[in-house]
Amino acid sequence: MNRRVVVTGLGVYCACGQSRAEFWNALAAGRSAIGPLEGFPQVRFPNAAQMRGHDPSAHFTAKEIDLLDPFAQYALIAAAEAVRDCGVAWTDALRESTGVITGSCVGGKSTEDASFRELYEEKRTRFHPMIIPRTMANAGASMIGMRYGLTGASFTTATACSSANHAIAQAMWMIRQGQLEMAIAGGSEAPFTLGHLKAWEGLRVVSPDTCRPFCADRKGMILGEGAAMLVLETLDAARARGARIYAEVAGAGMTADAHHITQPSSDGAAKAMRLALRDAGLETSEVGYINAHGTGTTANDPTEATAIRAVFPHGVAVSSTKSMHGHALGAAGAIEGAATVLALYEGVLPPTANFTTRDLACDIDVIANEARPRTVSAAISSSFAFGGLNAVLAFRHI
Amino acid sequence: MPETTTERVIRVIAASQHYDAAKTASITPTSTFEELGIDSLDDIQIVFALEMEFDVSIPDDAAKSIRGIADIVQGIEKLLAEKS
Repeated sequence: MNRRVVVTGLGVYCACGQSRAEFWNALAAGRSAIGPLEGFPQVRFPNAAQMRGHDPSAHFTAKEIDLLDPFAQYALIAAAEAVRDCGVAWTDALRESTGVITGSCVGGKSTEDASFRELYEEKRTRFHPMIIPRTMANAGASMIGMRYGLTGASFTTATACSSANHAIAQAMWMIRQGQLEMAIAGGSEAPFTLGHLKAWEGLRVVSPDTCRPFCADRKGMILGEGAAMLVLETLDAARARGARIYAEVAGAGMTADAHHITQPSSDGAAKAMRLALRDAGLETSEVGYINAHGTGTTANDPTEATAIRAVFPHGVAVSSTKSMHGHALGAAGAIEGAATVLALYEGVLPPTANFTTRDLACDIDVIANEARPRTVSAAISSSFAFGGLNAVLAFRHI
Repeated sequence: MPETTTERVIRVIAASQHYDAAKTASITPTSTFEELGIDSLDDIQIVFALEMEFDVSIPDDAAKSIRGIADIVQGIEKLLAEKS
């Protein structure tokens, strides 16, 4: 039984756009959402890709908001768009075999930060009873499942910056294997809290200006936030119901560097890319685009470029859309997966924004500042997390 | 005239559950949680809101035995009497 898995619904809610269409328009135009960090004067780095104009009351009742940290709100909003977009007609049988598999690195940070402030600073002795259900990293997945009555396998992966890629890969494999017929897979993150931002400041990897992946003058990453959700189902089911098919999730590869807690390894990255291609049954020559991890840090970019050159010696077009939507941590793979799927579907390769000067240590074909109209037959999207946990998704044009 | 304990309890429940004016007006001193459609998750949020309002500590056993407004008023008045 060869169960090919395809994407039939997309929902995106991030700094670049609060819908799939807004997001794609920004990416195709090379428009970065990075701007002044608002609300945190105590933080040293000045810029971020924050969600602007998020209004919970436009999406949820007051009672629902009591239960939802922003990261779960983002997850639900993106899932709602993805479900609408895929045009599914739910049946009891389909609900029983549909799961929700999400990534989140830090869970309900806003809720946690606010409660810690009440405890340590305000010396409060009583705490809101919803702190635990709001902060748990699977809150988004559980809330999505409850909204649509989905009772198939559902869980949340927390593997730092690779969380969503691990989630989407598992969802694809579970459908391929027959455990699920359909999945809502992706990631969500809302990391903008004082405590969390100060922790990033301490790590000294956030750029003092903007995010310039693969540039000689890159100075670090820029934090982002938001969610993206993909509706996955079998190619046969999608065709049978006449659904729009964006692309095939053809394969996935995962490795661990077992090397260093923050320094990446090109071997681990290259091996994950090769495994994804093997799982997808793709030749390197078929891959025409890589949505890179491309954080814009000193360490990541040359390491990743070395890995790309090792796997694709003939060359391949590469961009890091983190230059536009920032690094959304546990949601990064989902947002970038959506970008990659849309690149295949639209026949346009989104650029690396803010690109200035080529770095000889990053000797790859970077799509600089302007999108390239090009229909490619396959693309990969890479996530290489702190802790050396790598997950690469391979997509095929349908 | 100062607010009675019953009025305060009803106000706290209505705010905690985001009730509109009509729903708030329908709460009586004998309303039960079942009648109001309050589930166990709502229940613990109400208990938290009552502790904040009256500055009392409601024991877990007492919190679990609440069935309606009358139980709350009786329990709160007992806790307030113990405090003073």
